[in-house]
Amino acid sequence: MTPNQTDRIATQVINVLVLIVVLILMFLLGDIILNGFPHISWHFLTSPSSPFSAGGGIRDQLFNSLYLLILTLIISFPLALGSAIYLAEYAGNNWRTGLIRTAIEVLSSLPSVVVGLFGYLLFVIQFHLGFSILSGAIALTFFNLPLLVRSIEGSLHAVPDTQREAGMALGLSSWRTIRSIILPAALPGILTGIILSAGRVFGEAAALIYTAGQSAPILNYADWNPTDGSSFLNPMRPAETLAVHIWKVNTEGVTPDAISISAGASAVLIIVILLFNFGARAIGAHMYKKMTGGK
Amino acid sequence: MDEIQKKLTAPSKASREDVTGRIISYTCIAAIIILVISILYFITSRGIATFTTNHVSLWQFLSGKEWNPGTLNAKGQPQVGALPMIVTSFSVTILAALVATPFAIAVALFMTDIAPKNGAKFLQPVIELLVGIPSVVYGFIGLTVVVPFIRHLFGGTGSGILAGTIVLFVMVLPTITSLSVDALRAVPTYFRSASLALGATRFQTIYKVLLRAAMPRLLTAVIFGMARAFGEALAVQMVIGNAVLMPRNLVTPTSTLTSQLTTNIGNTIMGTLPNNALWSLALILLLMSLVFNLLIRCIGKRGEIKS
Amino acid sequence: MQTYDLSDTHIVTPPEEIALSTHQLQVYYGNNRQASMTDASLSFPRFQITALIGASGSGKSTYLRSLNRLNDRIARVQGEIMYRNTNINSPKINVYEVRKHIGMVFQKPNPFAKSISENITFALKAAGITDRRERHQRVETSLKEAALWDEVKDDLNKSALALSGGQQQRLCIARAIAMKPDILLLDEPASALDPISTTKLEVTLKALTQKYTIIIVTHNMQQASRISAYTAFFHLGHVTEYDQTEKIFQTPKIQATHDYVTGNFG
Ligand SMILES: Nc1ncnc2c1ncn2[C@@H]1O[C@H](COP(=O)(O)OP(=O)(O)OP(=O)(O)O)[C@@H](O)[C@H]1O
Ligand SMILES: [Mg+2]
Repeated sequence: MTPNQTDRIATQVINVLVLIVVLILMFLLGDIILNGFPHISWHFLTSPSSPFSAGGGIRDQLFNSLYLLILTLIISFPLALGSAIYLAEYAGNNWRTGLIRTAIEVLSSLPSVVVGLFGYLLFVIQFHLGFSILSGAIALTFFNLPLLVRSIEGSLHAVPDTQREAGMALGLSSWRTIRSIILPAALPGILTGIILSAGRVFGEAAALIYTAGQSAPILNYADWNPTDGSSFLNPMRPAETLAVHIWKVNTEGVTPDAISISAGASAVLIIVILLFNFGARAIGAHMYKKMTGGK
Repeated sequence: MDEIQKKLTAPSKASREDVTGRIISYTCIAAIIILVISILYFITSRGIATFTTNHVSLWQFLSGKEWNPGTLNAKGQPQVGALPMIVTSFSVTILAALVATPFAIAVALFMTDIAPKNGAKFLQPVIELLVGIPSVVYGFIGLTVVVPFIRHLFGGTGSGILAGTIVLFVMVLPTITSLSVDALRAVPTYFRSASLALGATRFQTIYKVLLRAAMPRLLTAVIFGMARAFGEALAVQMVIGNAVLMPRNLVTPTSTLTSQLTTNIGNTIMGTLPNNALWSLALILLLMSLVFNLLIRCIGKRGEIKS
Repeated sequence: MQTYDLSDTHIVTPPEEIALSTHQLQVYYGNNRQASMTDASLSFPRFQITALIGASGSGKSTYLRSLNRLNDRIARVQGEIMYRNTNINSPKINVYEVRKHIGMVFQKPNPFAKSISENITFALKAAGITDRRERHQRVETSLKEAALWDEVKDDLNKSALALSGGQQQRLCIARAIAMKPDILLLDEPASALDPISTTKLEVTLKALTQKYTIIIVTHNMQQASRISAYTAFFHLGHVTEYDQTEKIFQTPKIQATHDYVTGNFG
């Protein structure tokens, strides 16, 4: 075979492989969309689930997912921000920083089951929080932190050093410079990172089945007192999320219409994550434009 | 004059602000460090209880094929042989990585070198989306599409290593692909132009120059994918069959470390052997993720020195 | 490159009142054993412009940035920096206070991603100037002093990033002088500017000597001779010659200086 023949064959092979991947992707998305969309209806989104009979909805699961996401971000964002500021602005180039980075990498490479089991061990059992939204949010925080730290640190690094020098040369403290100059400049990147991580958190299930639990008690959406047991805002109640719901109806095999519920729920999950993705991009681009005065 | 001198030596609002800032950010980072240490500590201390409290021998645990922690065998020893799950976990991981790697590298090459404009424009967002699809959705599709298909072809239940491999293949494909794209993009353009200028064909350039230069980072990409596959729980649990049996072929139900954990940890009582044995499985998962981490670091270091 | 005897130096102490001086300043970057700045001893006269010249890499920026402790994080700086009878290079010193008295303008304009007026008021607020009117007064005066007022007085709320490079640089100068510093350090402030903006900047600097002591790094020797009273020539991390500007350019005492100002260097 001449080199040119080899070249042509190799290119063909690559093209075929790419084609197969594209077909798989189209099949995947098509399967989710075609099977899922017909099941999405107002009724589906707004009625509670019914484990033992057909026709249940996903109202509470959807709300739980959102509530859990918000709680998770409330806990994880400040922590991640502080840590990222440490790494980007204060950390020296020494062994201690290396160790810290290693620790964060270890955390990010832990399987989410392990993180979930740790949350189960420590919070559900040791601290007697029980299966609760709070336990779930803490477990998701562990799962979310390393990614968030990394993305925020990246956004901080992307702000040129000349801005830090400008602040320093005016006699501003580093903290002031970071808070009022670096952070606003890094905001588009930080927001994008948060929203992308929100997508991951929204779809996570393995870390939740033994922390937030697998049951969705009846919620009272009119009760705004978070300390009431049945209030939808109560963070101490167990909360099955959408992703956990998909897993549960499929593995327990007691819900007659498990397949169509899962298909609909999967489609909802994907749509929400798509929205997060697009939202992240749009907000990032918009803020960047606004800050640089359109230049 | 004197007042300015005094100001120059006295702490001011700015210096106090800086102390605040340091305290805040040091506290956050300390919290993360404490968190990592406590995860390692708690999982390890639970995981070794099987060996310290229940006196199961490590060898028996790693090589035994009978998993039935609640009952004793003929010799009066508890049946906690984790080998079937270890074998299955490694099988699905390695098979999925083996299948996914050529596809991932082909797609990456397509995006960086064969059709950099249109290919990347179309494939990039799709791959990003696929990275973000939740694993339960992959598991659900595996359960409703892959398992019936295998059942149709080979009979039996359809669950097993093959189904697990297929699901994991699709799951790690975008991960490996996007990291491979980064790896290939990091190879400077003049590598390519130099090789092409010497009269090499595109394939020769890709094979002899590009892949070689990007090799350490491509390997890292594959290991990342394997780490994800090894730790994946729910998607695999939904299609693997969850019978703790030594896998005899690719289409009989079996169980991975993760699937066993998720299925049973809620059904056992803290502190008993069946529960401790499950924590030992979690410990294996933890240690393996450290191993993957270490591998990635070592390869990353090598790659740095070479370039 | 021709080698010159680095111990061959000629450094005067100006007879005028001295605003700032350094004694045997040494700078080591990172963990370097090799000093990037060796034994720099210079005195800067009050209300005058002093120019620092020298080839690229000779240590001008290194020296300048040490004067307001901007190198604290990246380098070890030894020796004394005397300001108002205080050694401001001692660890006890409040560096934030130092920087309020010794302002700096950089080679690349670095306005904040804020509006023009916020660029100036921001540091004022942080420095505890709570009176709004006072801040606005300072915005106006400093922009006037930096010769930018007429161009931007109607767009004070526009993003500073929308200004041209020259305007941005003058805004950075306005931002620095709004803090009412004593000394202004400028590191090649005109290198990114066109000739017209450069001339404007020079006029501005000249006018600023009424109230400020200025130390400026420049690669442009005409510029140095046009605006400065004293000039220091840096070579390989050493101060080789320091004297009145005319003397440096017309009758330098050291061979290296002579070769550099006549363009026969290297
Ligand atoms: N951040 C740094 N870390 C390490 N070395 C540095 C750093 N900044 C400068 N140097 C070194 O110090 C020496 C002097 O550099 P400096 O920037 O002071 O020169 P300069 O006279 O300002 O040059 P130029 O005219 O190009 O601005 C150079 O050898 C340079 O490599
Ligand atoms: Mg310089």
